[in-house]
Amino acid sequence: MKFITANFDQYDGKDIQAYIGLDGFSGLKKAIEMGPLATIEEVKESGLQGRGGAEYPTGRKIEQARIEKAERKFVICNADEGEPGTFKDRELIKKDIYQLIEGMIIVAYCANANEGVIYCREEYDWMHEHICTSILKCKEMGYLGINILDTGFSFEISLFSGAGSYVCGEGFAMCESMEGKSGRPRSKPPYVKQEGYLNYPTLVINVETLSAITAIMKFGTSNFTDLGTPDCPGTKVISISGKVNKPGVYEVPFGKTLEEIIALAEGVKGDKRIGFVQIGGASGGILPESALKTQFTYRELKSKQVSVGSGAIVVADEDDNILDYLENVGQFFIHESCGKCVPCREGNRQLEILLGKFKHKTATIDDVKMYKDILDMMSEASLCGSGRTEPVPFKTAFTYFEDAFALGGSHEIL
Amino acid sequence: MKYCNVTIDGVKINVPDDMMILDAAKQAGIIVPTLCHLKGISATGACRVCIVETGGGKVQTACSFPVAEGMMVKTNTPKIREMRKTILEMIIANHNAECTTCVRSQSCELQSLAMIYGIEDSHFKKKFNQEPVDMSSATIVRDQSKCILCGRCVSVCNGVQNIGALGFIGRSIDMHVGLAYEHQLSESTCINCGQCIVNCPVGALKERDYLSEVQLALDDPTFTVVVQTAPAVRAALGEVFGLPMGTPVTGKMVASLKRLGFDYVFDTDFAADVCIMEEGTELLNRIRAGAHLPMITSCSPGWVKYAETFYPELLPHMSSCKSPQNMMGALLKSHFAEIKGIDPAKMIVVSVMPCTAKKFEVERQELEVDGIRDVDFSITTRELGRLIKKAGIDFKYLNDEKFDDFYGDSTGSAVIFGATGGVMEAALRTVADIINGNDLKEIEYTVVRGIQGVKEAKVQVTPDFTAKIAVAHGGKNMHYVMDKLAKGELSDYHFIELMACPGGCVNGGGQPIVDAKAKMHIDLRVERAKALYHEDSNILHYRKSHHNPSVMKLYETYLDAPNSHKAHHLLHTSYQRRD
Repeated sequence: MKFITANFDQYDGKDIQAYIGLDGFSGLKKAIEMGPLATIEEVKESGLQGRGGAEYPTGRKIEQARIEKAERKFVICNADEGEPGTFKDRELIKKDIYQLIEGMIIVAYCANANEGVIYCREEYDWMHEHICTSILKCKEMGYLGINILDTGFSFEISLFSGAGSYVCGEGFAMCESMEGKSGRPRSKPPYVKQEGYLNYPTLVINVETLSAITAIMKFGTSNFTDLGTPDCPGTKVISISGKVNKPGVYEVPFGKTLEEIIALAEGVKGDKRIGFVQIGGASGGILPESALKTQFTYRELKSKQVSVGSGAIVVADEDDNILDYLENVGQFFIHESCGKCVPCREGNRQLEILLGKFKHKTATIDDVKMYKDILDMMSEASLCGSGRTEPVPFKTAFTYFEDAFALGGSHEIL
Repeated sequence: MKYCNVTIDGVKINVPDDMMILDAAKQAGIIVPTLCHLKGISATGACRVCIVETGGGKVQTACSFPVAEGMMVKTNTPKIREMRKTILEMIIANHNAECTTCVRSQSCELQSLAMIYGIEDSHFKKKFNQEPVDMSSATIVRDQSKCILCGRCVSVCNGVQNIGALGFIGRSIDMHVGLAYEHQLSESTCINCGQCIVNCPVGALKERDYLSEVQLALDDPTFTVVVQTAPAVRAALGEVFGLPMGTPVTGKMVASLKRLGFDYVFDTDFAADVCIMEEGTELLNRIRAGAHLPMITSCSPGWVKYAETFYPELLPHMSSCKSPQNMMGALLKSHFAEIKGIDPAKMIVVSVMPCTAKKFEVERQELEVDGIRDVDFSITTRELGRLIKKAGIDFKYLNDEKFDDFYGDSTGSAVIFGATGGVMEAALRTVADIINGNDLKEIEYTVVRGIQGVKEAKVQVTPDFTAKIAVAHGGKNMHYVMDKLAKGELSDYHFIELMACPGGCVNGGGQPIVDAKAKMHIDLRVERAKALYHEDSNILHYRKSHHNPSVMKLYETYLDAPNSHKAHHLLHTSYQRRD
């Protein structure tokens, strides 16, 4: 299935003429022809939701950005792909960056923003030159700069490199980082869309979402909504990793089962069975093998306490220990929490201690209560979205793998 | 302004729609707990203890989330209580709770919340910062093991004081408050103002305590121990003993100092009057010579270090006068010692100050006179409170006593030094009389009073001379004024008063701790200043420094004249670049 990734391997990802030869910038031209309001309606019609993990309806997001009035307005492409097990944005940048830039121009045109930034994760430094060169080529061809395609609309894009912090994928932390401060989220309200980067209205939007907008404008909304299911139209670019034979990036229509998607990666290494999968990134839910018939849609996953998130699927085999895995996830959060709010900073620190007790079978009833209290408190009282979603793997693992959380002393199961 | 209807715990109220839930709850008679919140200064939403439900089960922080029309807020549901308790337990697990020995016991906001929420023992494993206590500074002690990372000190140091010495370093469980490059406090740009201390909810920041040194001196009969107290101390010391804010306690303070065994108890106000004579004369000389104008006051040691650190090129604008604390010390160890026949080497001068920066000031070598320090130990209002309590003195019930009469009365001009604009007003009272050659009746320069951040005025001194003046307090406002001066925009100004602490000395870093909840509803800069203006207008006989008979006598018999060679030797100083 190729919709967002239609251009993959059709050109070298660098030659702008080749991109144009593949009907490149026709989406932008169509948007200009339709005008901003109709284009926003088109995006709404497509049912596109934020592909970075927040799942916010994209059309509405652009509409809200358009309403904001200010001297300056920013569109930031979130290319801070730091979610473990997620590498689809890397492929979208590497193999079809012009589609991404085109998406930024369309969005900026609709939102009436004149300044754009690609916030790229530090670890992708080997792509920084590629990004800059591509921006310059777009400018040379008149797709960026002053009075784009005679519309009177002007838009510039620059590149900003993160410094390696996971939390900077959060809108406000990203703004702080770009302002030269430590990447820590601000309190809301005001929201990023109102007072973001340099306190100006800022639209932060993921690489895949932007790429999808270009594809939708180019191929038409109905061709997008024909894919997927009626309540969850379109496709998703998925990163499959872990104990599979062919880890990689696969575009799939919504509605496939998890099993079908994992099959694209040619099964589990060493002919083992699947032990469990984590979906959507480090803060995504963990499902047992028995749940693999679940359809990959926003609604079906939600019914299992899981979300699409970034679209990462990490596969563990039957020999992998769920508590070892959780410990690893926990250590990631301890390393990456910004430290600002108590629930996330102290919650993760205490969770690690409790996981150690579960692992060594020394946990008491009191420990189980603390485990649950911490998770509830983190998911409701953390300052930012990151802190609020970090409990998901711990909660889902507790739901689906209760044997692992047996109390110490006896083998009593809760 | 738009208003909206909100229901908080069943109470219906009508409040402005930009009001935070925290303030709206207060109007509904509900106190939502807070730790990181500081009215007008910090609403970072870091501690999360002020969480409330805002309808549909949504949880928001009351300090940073505004009300909206029809909002139904619940602040006391089982869910909220349970989560607040978990949050508090986790903060306590990350806090070195040495409550029995901590200087902030009973004024600790965390301790108070722990009691309210019935937290008997934290279930969570204790894990707190193990960094050694930073004792490098002569003024402020930082104990990171007690820091709860609320960020109030950081907000004050950056947002209010504009110093930026303190900041967050590292992330997650490694995050801590520290100085640039992990330096120690003494190596930083810290100006010693102590605003971080008075705004810390716990005991992570405290003054460098010199009470054992003072006690040793008091216990040693071979020393003559002399104490002096600054004007702002009397406006706040009562708070330590449960008296209402703004109660002047001059007489009780003197009585307790005598009981503590100080051989002589003097009022720094006397030196403040001397300071006005010196500074006023210096100003008149500069105006006549047209050099280094505007002149800037130099009594706030926080401001002095600020100038040396951030504006060293503008140091020639500083008055060369020592602060009243050091003028007093210099006079005690010269004039007073001579007359009383005391060997200055056998005299210990202790000063009680509303200030932490004074501790740094007394150690400045350039202030020494012939190798003798003016002041040996500078202690804060808080330390004096502890000293009095430890001696078992029942402060509240003491009868008023008077300062030793060697230096006689002080004036209203001197006592208002403790509030922003006070030095300016005192100087104007004297300078205007000198220039006009008579005794002016209009002496209340209300234009320089009050807590507005920067006060600028033109004061008509004579028919052909109008003085252009400015008064600013708090680092941010000092920065504003100095930035203008650096750009040459104040070159037609004559005199500027700058005080490092917001509100001046009454709100100094050495003053009694007032918790953030109380500061939501009272402005202690205003309340404490009232006590000083009350003394000026209702109690003190003389209201102008040059009317102080003891000051006049000092010049006649000892100093010769203001800015004389001798006065310069004892009462003036120089500054050094620290950039």
